[in-house]
Amino acid sequence: MLTITQALFDQIVAHARQDHPDEACGVVAGPVGKGRPERFIPMLNAARSPTFYEFDSQDLLKLYREMDDRDEEPVIIYHSHTATEAYPSRTDISYANEPGAHYVLVSTADADAAGPFQFRSYRIVEGEVTEEEVKVVEAY
Amino acid sequence: MAIEVRIPTILRTYTGGEKAVEGGGATLAELLADLETRHAGIQARIVDGGELRRFVNVYLNDEDVRFLDGINTKLTDGDNVTILPAVAGGMA
Repeated sequence: MLTITQALFDQIVAHARQDHPDEACGVVAGPVGKGRPERFIPMLNAARSPTFYEFDSQDLLKLYREMDDRDEEPVIIYHSHTATEAYPSRTDISYANEPGAHYVLVSTADADAAGPFQFRSYRIVEGEVTEEEVKVVEAY
Repeated sequence: MAIEVRIPTILRTYTGGEKAVEGGGATLAELLADLETRHAGIQARIVDGGELRRFVNVYLNDEDVRFLDGINTKLTDGDNVTILPAVAGGMA
């Protein structure tokens, strides 16, 4: 299960909406081993694409250095799908390299039959996707 | 010749959990071949068909080696190499 504060939830949603129609991406870092998302870090989508995202390579290095210095890890890795449901694509699965992270997908497609704005969370380990419950809280 | 190599979480299964290991080589290709002798399997996760995998980033002293000479980038003693898988995906 992913437990996340309403404030962080809202920040992810706002970022996804702001970058629409391109995919938005980012990380919520937290203390190593605690599984608690704390620090919201929106990233630039270097691909600037409606169908693909990739962290800029220099930004990626800076991010990991910073997390290392602060004893943090990427608790959440999030990105948006702009025209499809919030479910990991084959691309998402093949590039998922953080088995300890919650992969959050939001869909800014809204409309269609998909219903309201989707915010879903998954574990992706060795190509296997497991959806998990998202619990939104006021504070930890 | 010692070069420090920082290993991402996903590849620490090859280094017994170590975050950083040492290796040697005059080029990045040689360094990766050297790592392979002690950490069997790691090279194939980084290299494919003699080139760096598209979604693995390798940095020499903070510079992405794609902007240097890629896998043929020359190394010298005391260099730091960092390996980081790209964070990428999307509906495509």
